[in-house]
Amino acid sequence: MLKMQNISKVYRTDLVQTHALRDFSLEVAEGEFVAVTGPSGSGKTTFLNIAGLLEDFDGGSYLLDGEDVSNLNDNQRSKIRNAKIGFIFQGFNLIPDLNLWDNVDVPLRYRGFSAAERSKRIKEALEMVGLGSRMKHLPSQLSGGQQQRVAIARALAGTPRLIMADEPTGNLDSLMARQVMELLENINEQGTTIIMVTHDPELARRAHRNVHVMDGQVTDFTEFERAANKRERDALGG
Amino acid sequence: MFAYYLRLALLSIRRNPVLSGLMMAAIAVGIGAFMTMLSVHHFMSGNPIWWKNDVLYAVGVDTWNPNETYYQSRPELPPQQLTYRDAKALQASDIPTYKAYMFNVVGVFQPENEEIAPFIERGRMTFNDFFAMFDVPFEYGGAWGEQADRRDEFVVVLSREINDKLFGGENSVGKRVVIDGREFMVTGVLKEWHPAPKFYDVTTGAFQEPEAFYLPAQLYETLQPDRSGNTNCWKPENLDSFQAFNNSECTWIQYWVQLDTREQQQRYADFLHAYLQEQASVGRSARPDQYLMATPEEWLEINEVVADDNRVLVGLSFLFLIVCLLNTVGLLLAKFLGRAGDISVRRALGASRLDIFRQQLIECGFIGLLGGIAGLGLAGVGLMVVRKMYRFEGSSMMDGEMILVAFITAVLASIAAGLWPAWQICRVPPAGYLKTQ
Repeated sequence: MLKMQNISKVYRTDLVQTHALRDFSLEVAEGEFVAVTGPSGSGKTTFLNIAGLLEDFDGGSYLLDGEDVSNLNDNQRSKIRNAKIGFIFQGFNLIPDLNLWDNVDVPLRYRGFSAAERSKRIKEALEMVGLGSRMKHLPSQLSGGQQQRVAIARALAGTPRLIMADEPTGNLDSLMARQVMELLENINEQGTTIIMVTHDPELARRAHRNVHVMDGQVTDFTEFERAANKRERDALGG
Repeated sequence: MFAYYLRLALLSIRRNPVLSGLMMAAIAVGIGAFMTMLSVHHFMSGNPIWWKNDVLYAVGVDTWNPNETYYQSRPELPPQQLTYRDAKALQASDIPTYKAYMFNVVGVFQPENEEIAPFIERGRMTFNDFFAMFDVPFEYGGAWGEQADRRDEFVVVLSREINDKLFGGENSVGKRVVIDGREFMVTGVLKEWHPAPKFYDVTTGAFQEPEAFYLPAQLYETLQPDRSGNTNCWKPENLDSFQAFNNSECTWIQYWVQLDTREQQQRYADFLHAYLQEQASVGRSARPDQYLMATPEEWLEINEVVADDNRVLVGLSFLFLIVCLLNTVGLLLAKFLGRAGDISVRRALGASRLDIFRQQLIECGFIGLLGGIAGLGLAGVGLMVVRKMYRFEGSSMMDGEMILVAFITAVLASIAAGLWPAWQICRVPPAGYLKTQ
């Protein structure tokens, strides 16, 4: 589904150069649920932005669904984002003055679906996340968990092959976080590939595979496992 | 997608009413000022008889002072008006399809209805060709018969306004009105007729209302009415009596002809040349080559109906519109950048830069349209003030064409103002805003 080889990304200002990713290589198979972990500033989000075609990269190669996306123009990248990728963000990123229906409608509008097709997809997506009865509500009338479910519905409505989730439970309490996680697992069981960036080791463990990122590179997973176990022991006072 | 973008524009205006309102106000003030000046210019520079521009001619012959031309700046032009004797002589030509000399008079109406006090009105003495030549529309009846141009018949054509006043708007054809103590029979009542500029006589203001009544010029010597209008004399003459004035070299009569073919036009030019030669040969001050046949458009130009000041004001008001638009650019940029988060979400969900650019420009156009509507209202107020200040009378100065120009200007100007802000916002890297939302 996704194959990155030796990707590098450097942020430059007048004074400093920051290597956000260096020799970053990762392969994700179709239908996988991959958790990407790592400390703040390690390059997780940069990886996700590049993988989601929201940012360019400076070196390396990237194949998405078998297609080399290195030299696509803005229009081509937008079309791929729209058709193949669904995004779920930590801050939900719903548009505040659009009701749930219209929020889920946004990616479908740019896809050029007919009104009937859009209507069918919006209903199905909102019903799937359990919000079929609240289509005319504004995001501000919902709880954080419900808002994240709307964001998931929006990501699903276009039936993407790949979902990119950036700390999808980061702003939710544990109960809501569990519900959202279960929803993502269900979606994955139906065949959608999911790449999830998270800080939470418990959520990471529920993924098929964990990828640990440190200083802009994929590192050995065991290192992450050891750190997670230590944190658990510390928490138990042992 | 256009309807979708329009809906988004409406939502955006609702979401930020103060900033949107400020933009609309800036556009409205700019459009209001520009449209006021442009409408005045359009009104002044219009040709109210454009469909006959190729066949109507204002006529002039130069029997002015041999030592000084009438127009110092344009010595090749004859005086603006004719002497009585020249007017009568030209009226004898049978070359034109229609021909009419004309001048203003004043008359006191004494209504039969005693509840209406006698009142004074401006009238015009002319020929029955006047009405056909200028396509003057009639509500009732028509012009007097041709015989009234050859022998005294006390007949009158009333304007719609005066007919409303005297007869309550009823068909008054055949009824009698008393002007200056004499009875006249009504042969026709005009429809609303407000040619602006009043092309056929610009000597006392090109934007006066047309006259309240029309009498046959044939009655001039019988009635000896009070003349009203512009009289220019150059020769030291005795002007004490009515007859002496009529025989003088004073110019005070307007003259128009309709010449439908090139052949007629050539023949009439030859006629004017020959007439001036003849006058010179009998000892009058006459310049045979200085005759004028000016189309309505040329006539308005010669008489500088549109002043240079007006053109300058149009230019200044356009500059003011640009200043208002520059303010709008700043406001639009602030508004669009305030929405960078939403735009980034849309970009992530599949909107291309072009999609975002289009969305912003449609919002600009929509704001421009609303600003344009408000601007039209302001232009209406501005025109009301201009009409009062400059005593422009007659029909509305803001016609359909000007309203269309206002809307197109407002929308295009707003889109132009939005180009740079829209370009800036569609280039914002989405990734930076998605995490910080």
